[in-house]
Amino acid sequence: MSTDVQTDTALFELALRMGDNTLILGQQVSAWCGHAPILEEDIALANTALDLIGQTKLWLALAGEIEGKGRSADDLAFLRDARAFRNVLLVEQPNGDFGQTLMRQYLFDAWHLPMLTALKNSIETRVADIAEKSAKEAAYHLERSEDLIIRLGDGSDESHTRMQNALDALWPFAGELTQPDAIDDELAQRGLAPDLADIKTRHEERMRAALKEATLQVPEAAIRKGGKQGMHSEGLGYLLSDMQWLQRAYPGAEW
Amino acid sequence: MAEANVEPSIDEVWRWLEDVPDPEIPVVSVVDLGIVRDAAWERDELVVTVTPTYSGCPATAVISFEIEESLRRKGVEKIRIKTQLSPAWTTDWITGEAREKLRQYGIAPPVGEASCAGALKASGPVACPHCGSENTSEVSRFGSTPCKASWRCNDCLEPFDYFKSF
Repeated sequence: MSTDVQTDTALFELALRMGDNTLILGQQVSAWCGHAPILEEDIALANTALDLIGQTKLWLALAGEIEGKGRSADDLAFLRDARAFRNVLLVEQPNGDFGQTLMRQYLFDAWHLPMLTALKNSIETRVADIAEKSAKEAAYHLERSEDLIIRLGDGSDESHTRMQNALDALWPFAGELTQPDAIDDELAQRGLAPDLADIKTRHEERMRAALKEATLQVPEAAIRKGGKQGMHSEGLGYLLSDMQWLQRAYPGAEW
Repeated sequence: MAEANVEPSIDEVWRWLEDVPDPEIPVVSVVDLGIVRDAAWERDELVVTVTPTYSGCPATAVISFEIEESLRRKGVEKIRIKTQLSPAWTTDWITGEAREKLRQYGIAPPVGEASCAGALKASGPVACPHCGSENTSEVSRFGSTPCKASWRCNDCLEPFDYFKSF
């Protein structure tokens, strides 16, 4: 029985939130493998997905360790139901066209880098170590996705229209990344994670500057949220059934 | 065999590790790349500390496996591979000798120091590993493996891999 295990709930949630974001985004981006518009983009997307899945393994392994109930990173990835996932709604939005995939990546990367950079100062060294490792990769992702949204936004009529459509569809989901709840407040107070208000400022400044350069109009929209608390959109269920079916059908299957 | 069980010295262990090739770029060893951070005896167990290059690099598991295999072939019985994330791996740890080996293999070695950068774009110009020209351009920031980018030489027109400064 594991009733005597005292899980640090806030810390557990932090590791799940970080790991579920990279897991779901990594799973989505990997679907482009073999389908991207040109070979170089195909490779770039696959490599990005690979980094994200690698980071997921670190975060979810830590989550399992913190929880103390013997669950591995794989158990957490493949054997939880949608309601137990803590990723933001942004990352579960459909791939759509290439523009939508890129815009989703950009809105995420622009948050991911400052978040990881700040997490390097976490008083929990296991969190700080993963953040240090991941931040370097996130910097690469951001550099690329920002370049591309500017080039495509400020590109042809067709590419501009597609990027604007992508922004209109995805902007409402960007705010959830920096909207604190009681867990975020506790994490910040204990020095485990940064104050999300600071991250929000950096996230917004970076996004608005790049989107302006991309000649894109930032829409007025209310924040769509709930993912961090486990309230997901319908799409996550389909995504999970695709991702988890093998472990569900053949429990314990290994390569 | 058990009675003459003399532990090899750590210096010897390092020499053995220098012969373990990187699975993706076999001209350089896992020591050349700075992946092996430490080797130490903990009682009768040899603990080898490794650091992953990119967290999603599929070669990471193979590297650990090959280190263990090669040490086992040398007669070491108890081996533990310890993964260490911090300090995060950087191309700054790639030895000068290994950079030259990469170049001869057709891969442009990392330019500049990654650790003091943060500005990744600043890494260049990259000299063509075939003809040495610095008149080169980036084709894609991502290449055949996570650690490489695709470049092209504008003089000899050869495409080549660039080991990204990271």
